[in-house]
Amino acid sequence: MPDRYPGYDVLQKRNSPSWNDQTRAVIDRRMAIDPDHHGFFTDAEWPTLRAICERIVPQPPDRAQRAPVAAMVDEKMHKNSGDGYRDARLPPMREAWQRALAAIDAEATSRYGRRFHEIGALLQDDLLKAIQNGEVDEKAWDDLPAKVFFKMRLLHDIVSSYYAHPAAWSEIGFGGPASPRGYVRMYFDRRDPWEAAEARSGNEGRARAENARVG
Amino acid sequence: MSDNPEHTPRALDGRAPDVLRPGGWVPMRQYDEDDAVDFAIVGTGAGGGTLACKLAEYGFSVVALDAGPYWRPLDDFASDEHHQAKLYWTDERIVDGDNPLQLGANNSGKSVGGSTVHFAMVSLRFRPEWFKARSKLGYGVDWPLDWREMWRYYAEVENALKISGPVNYPWGPKRPRYPYRAHEVNAAGLVLAEGAEALGIAWSPTPLATVSAPRGRSPPCVYRGMCVIGCSTNAKQSVLITWLPRALKAGAEIRDLAMVGRVEHDKSGRVTGVRYHRRGRWRFQRAKNVVVAGYSIETPRLLLNSASSRYPDGLANSSGLVGKNLMVQANQAVWGIMEREIRAYKGPPSLAITEHWNYTDTGKDFFGGYAYMSQGPLPLVWSGVESSERGLWGQPLIDEMERYNHQVGLKIVGELMPQERNRVTLADERDQYGLPISRVTYSYCDNDKRLIAHSLAFMRQALEAAGATEIWDETDDTCHLNGTARMGDDPKTSVVNADCRSWDIPNLWICDGSVFPTVGGVNPSLTIQAIACRTADRIKALAARNEL
Repeated sequence: MPDRYPGYDVLQKRNSPSWNDQTRAVIDRRMAIDPDHHGFFTDAEWPTLRAICERIVPQPPDRAQRAPVAAMVDEKMHKNSGDGYRDARLPPMREAWQRALAAIDAEATSRYGRRFHEIGALLQDDLLKAIQNGEVDEKAWDDLPAKVFFKMRLLHDIVSSYYAHPAAWSEIGFGGPASPRGYVRMYFDRRDPWEAAEARSGNEGRARAENARVG
Repeated sequence: MSDNPEHTPRALDGRAPDVLRPGGWVPMRQYDEDDAVDFAIVGTGAGGGTLACKLAEYGFSVVALDAGPYWRPLDDFASDEHHQAKLYWTDERIVDGDNPLQLGANNSGKSVGGSTVHFAMVSLRFRPEWFKARSKLGYGVDWPLDWREMWRYYAEVENALKISGPVNYPWGPKRPRYPYRAHEVNAAGLVLAEGAEALGIAWSPTPLATVSAPRGRSPPCVYRGMCVIGCSTNAKQSVLITWLPRALKAGAEIRDLAMVGRVEHDKSGRVTGVRYHRRGRWRFQRAKNVVVAGYSIETPRLLLNSASSRYPDGLANSSGLVGKNLMVQANQAVWGIMEREIRAYKGPPSLAITEHWNYTDTGKDFFGGYAYMSQGPLPLVWSGVESSERGLWGQPLIDEMERYNHQVGLKIVGELMPQERNRVTLADERDQYGLPISRVTYSYCDNDKRLIAHSLAFMRQALEAAGATEIWDETDDTCHLNGTARMGDDPKTSVVNADCRSWDIPNLWICDGSVFPTVGGVNPSLTIQAIACRTADRIKALAARNEL
């Protein structure tokens, strides 16, 4: 699928009045995350988590700077920074993830004879769908409710990591950081010069040119 | 960093942060812990912060404690949803029931200034009849308050916050015009307007606690759209930048990063002060009166955690109602796609509202009412709706998220019924202070489900009428917290009286959303602040009569 916002990169605004020092510090740290770093998950768990992230929030292979989604999930677990509530059917966040990753690998092995990261995208998606629907082998999951885990932890932690990254903001045409400048044009179909231009059929070139000027 | 307000208290050594100036300080009076202050207030949000200000201005000695950090928004707030999660109460709480609640970012702040630091600023008055819901409308219970008295306090709060709103508000009895002009309505709000007009119902720009013109050192709102992750310009009129600077000026002391674990009492049963954790150890502040203002989860948790041999079921709990009748509000939505670009991330998230179904009693198969508002979810929140709520992931999620700038939604704040089975209790697990954590149990009743179904069907028509397509229902969301220590006229069926004074212990007060007997169909912050203003006036009057 062609880019909806061709050439738009929210990071072009880094030195514009839409970003302040506080925001630059926060986003610089995020951009510097090593995609291979894992301080919480073990070397054995790591490829499983990475493969799950690839399927939940697939990124274009040619993207210059990919969001380090698995490393961001790892950082959340490492800091044990929870969301302020926990469904009573689930154990604490870290334990839930550790048990679930083991269960997902056990499922993959019993179904396909290989670990999750080795079974290929199609089978990975089949297995993830089964987990989402709670159609799992209870031995692997013990008393961990797969369906609840999928919704409350797996989707939540992975998707919220991806959409916290500027690569995702550029993809969806979000304006991104906006202090102190904010926005002026609030009406339908109006964009400030520092917002993403959307490509519609016939005007991709113009949108790309507009997006090159965003700043 | 030496000045990290999450790790080191800022309100120390006779000064507190000047929240309106980078790196600034203002002088702060301090009290000795052995000095029994007139009021120790637990919590500095809409209830506690407002009350601290008013009581200090009336000449009482006040120490207000908050578990959260003392932010300077100009220094500390980034334009980033992920980073700003630091504003939320993210200590563990367990949720269960048929409809387990989402807490944290959804409704729970941990900051000096409480949840108003991240609230959406929607500032609405109750419909007058809601104060007598049982007598006038046939459901719930009556409040021990008179709407005409509340109308005066609403005006006081609206003026204190310089609410920006329309010249004429379409619903309810007459009210003064809003102090500041209404904000420009963004495209998302205009979709609400188009739908309402097509269906023949009234709509209005939403009265908001963010200024539309300069006010002192608050600049007008620049429509950055990140209100619910903390306003970085101080346009938002939160408790942090309105009532609390006034409180400091009037001589109140505010203690940040101060987690109260227990309210103590003497042999006669009167409370003597609060035991709290700050700067690495447990401390005790003596007080002639204690006000608990921790909101509908931390307030009952503290009262229950303060159980003693004299009060084995917790403080102020002879009715058995502490922790019960927890109420949230329905927050269901319809979402759709517009051909036109909406870019709902610009401007405050709810710039247009209709209260039609709060003020219309015919054509309903349920008790209570609802407002609905336009929406402006930021990417993290929106991706959570699309994934966790709608079940999308993989390429379908990526594709749907790419339509972010064309999505539009209408979302209710709906009245849900008080039920004793919805409650806050103590779990076996303990937090970082060694205190038992809360278990929060919530289930809809049949009336709640009928209200939700009615609202979804109506909003779908409105969105269709405005030209949206691919409309779908978000059926599982709630907002705000209320109840768990309701006010009333009878000690057997309520925890506090109309003055927010506990029936059981005359020098123990509760002043936050916990005291609501019913919730109505509007955001609660304006009413919480109005109740705090009234409580301050009542305390002043009682003190003058020597009845404290």
